[in-house]
Amino acid sequence: MSTSNSPFRTPLSRARGLGAAHHGVSHFISERISGLALVPLFIWGAFAGIRLAGADFDTVAAWVAIPLNAVLLSLLFVALLVHLKNAIQLVIEDYVEAFAPKAALVIGNLFVCILAGAVGIVSILKIAFTGAL
Amino acid sequence: MTETSRGLPERPLSPHLQVWRWHITMACSILHRASLFALYVGVLLLAGWALSLASGPDHYACYTGLLGSLIGKLLLFGITVAVFYNVGYIVRQSFWDLGKGFAPKTADMTGLAVIAFAIVAAAVTWIIAAATGAI
Repeated sequence: MSTSNSPFRTPLSRARGLGAAHHGVSHFISERISGLALVPLFIWGAFAGIRLAGADFDTVAAWVAIPLNAVLLSLLFVALLVHLKNAIQLVIEDYVEAFAPKAALVIGNLFVCILAGAVGIVSILKIAFTGAL
Repeated sequence: MTETSRGLPERPLSPHLQVWRWHITMACSILHRASLFALYVGVLLLAGWALSLASGPDHYACYTGLLGSLIGKLLLFGITVAVFYNVGYIVRQSFWDLGKGFAPKTADMTGLAVIAFAIVAAAVTWIIAAATGAI
């Protein structure tokens, strides 16, 4: 970058290589499509929440062990976490300017989302495969 | 900025957030970001719920006891509003992706509709839950 202050360099040559990472379109599309998947999953989730909120452990475990419910719950985790990972990363990139904190937050966001997904899906599969305890 | 605009006059900065009059589309955009953070809390709570369920009846009773407290219920109601706000917002954004709904009046109207839908749908969900004895 030592030559970047040279008066002979044009603004265009200085901007080259500093632009988009060419991941913008895939980020946009995955945000929109995960969002579309979330519309029915959220509505199903609201009904499930109403049904399970007051139920005891055995009822809830038996409900989760039904294959369709286990699948939809897992898909809710996947779609929601893909959506949130992208959306929160966008907020971080908008408001955090310095490189190190930005990188730390983006990576931390990714780790939290993957951890939540792994915890959620493994727990659901455990109940689905072993039935109510 | 001054370096790259060598030879050009200093560009004015964009107006600060505080000098803008609040309008619906702007409030919708800010609410959308806020609701994403509520969903973030919500998905972590959901993962905790699944983990407690997989850990057995004692852990599950402890966890649902926490969620069923007054603070837990307030949090869950806020997350319910955020969920329905996102449902409406995604539908609104999908019309934008098709190139429709950008006229200022339409955007204001759909924005108001999304906010109203979020509040009404969350209230109806909790009323049904209360009526069926879930809470």
